[in-house]
Amino acid sequence: MNKALHRYLPILALLALIPLWELICYLANVPNYILPRPSVIYDAFINVDKMRWLEHLWATVRVAVLGFLLSIFISLPLAVLMVQSSFLNRTLFPLLVIIQSTPVVAIAPLLIVILGAGEAPRLAITCLITFFPIVVSTTTGMLSTPSELIDLSRSLKGSVFRQIWQIRFPFAIPHIFSGLKVGITLAIIGAVISEFVAAEKGLGYFVQFSTSYFKIPQAFAALLFLSIISLLLFQTIRWIQAIFFAWSLPAEEQK
Amino acid sequence: MKPFVCFNKVSHQYQSNTTHKVQALTDINFHINKHEFVAVVGPSGCGKSTLLKLITGLMSPSEGSVEIFGKTMHEPRNEVGIVFQKPTLLPWLSVLDNVTFPLKHQHGKVASEAKQYAMTLLKLVGLEQFAHQRPAQLSGGMQQRVGIARALILKPEILIMDEPFSALDALSREIMGFELLRIWEEEPKTVLFITHSINEAVLLADKVLVMSPRPGTVVEELPIDLPRPRNNTTLKHEKFAYYADILRDHIFQKHAALNE
Repeated sequence: MNKALHRYLPILALLALIPLWELICYLANVPNYILPRPSVIYDAFINVDKMRWLEHLWATVRVAVLGFLLSIFISLPLAVLMVQSSFLNRTLFPLLVIIQSTPVVAIAPLLIVILGAGEAPRLAITCLITFFPIVVSTTTGMLSTPSELIDLSRSLKGSVFRQIWQIRFPFAIPHIFSGLKVGITLAIIGAVISEFVAAEKGLGYFVQFSTSYFKIPQAFAALLFLSIISLLLFQTIRWIQAIFFAWSLPAEEQK
Repeated sequence: MKPFVCFNKVSHQYQSNTTHKVQALTDINFHINKHEFVAVVGPSGCGKSTLLKLITGLMSPSEGSVEIFGKTMHEPRNEVGIVFQKPTLLPWLSVLDNVTFPLKHQHGKVASEAKQYAMTLLKLVGLEQFAHQRPAQLSGGMQQRVGIARALILKPEILIMDEPFSALDALSREIMGFELLRIWEEEPKTVLFITHSINEAVLLADKVLVMSPRPGTVVEELPIDLPRPRNNTTLKHEKFAYYADILRDHIFQKHAALNE
């Protein structure tokens, strides 16, 4: 197969879906409130002011990215502590599992009460939903360091700090990126949930607002934006890995 | 002359659980002289890895003492370099940076003279043109050469090699054996070489220690009186098969005795 065609195949497949969707909805006469046609969604998108779109878009991206960064900031040191101390591992891990298995949607209203109506609860919700995969993948990665290298470090009498920074942490990079890829998609979900609960802007808020006024095509337009953001953020993580940590990719992906 | 390495009545037990103790090594006595090449052979589970941890100072024996240059080992020392079973290089560093890694790990930085010395070592192991490549681009044998260069960077007097060629295919393994002899002749060191291969032990060593299965102890100390430098013709030497047979007998007799 042609190389360029092979490369753009996923995007072409997605684009091909649009006329198909249009056609089926048109032929089956599906009402707009069930599944609007792409052309109707496009009209709805045009009808909303560009600045308004940008405002909502920015609010969601901002919460998702900041919450995600915050969760990295918390997860990585936490993982290091849990690897270094079996006491912390034994005590913290069950707690993390409990936090993770409690539905964030259920905690969200409580967090609004506790943290107020500003940006703080939204960041907290995003952070809560994203940090677990990052902690788990980082811990697993650091523990998968070959024992010979730990012996080497001990035989050199390297400090604990250098053992972590020069050996364990870099060894965890492939695992960390797996965690980050899962985390970034969850970050969007976290941001949307937080906007459902308490917000006056953001795409999640806009979806809720549109549906409550029965503007289904407009909600679909917002939904598409969310998917696109999700994809772009996910790609960004992949690019960061490919540019700065190319060695951590499987051999066939390094080219 | 005082021996470089000396094991005095060394025994070691592991606490496997609160009531049970596992005797890994009992009453080990041997010494290694300066620039002597000593091989250790024995079946699996004879406590070779415990021996390795004791001689590198990563563990202290339950009884007896391990002395290096007449001083008891209490902690790891730079005079002892280790080559591991697997190369275990750091995939994110270049070959050169892998060789200088022990310095970086110990001091936090690498002086430019050290980098030059690392290049000399890479030349010694025949990899100077690969200095700036990543380990993943190297074959298993080449990676293990980098492992040897890394073990030499701190200029150790004693080199401990833990089955270093066991992960290689048979051909590379033979080539690496001769390579090691060449390196050892150019850069004489006191070597303790742990292996499962009787032929490898006879080919390389001045003296072979045979260990028995758990609890591990040295059942035979066999000096190998074959001319040096050793090469392909050594394998055909009339006494080569003779030494190999003695070792084989010692290893399998012990096995037979256990099975009765």
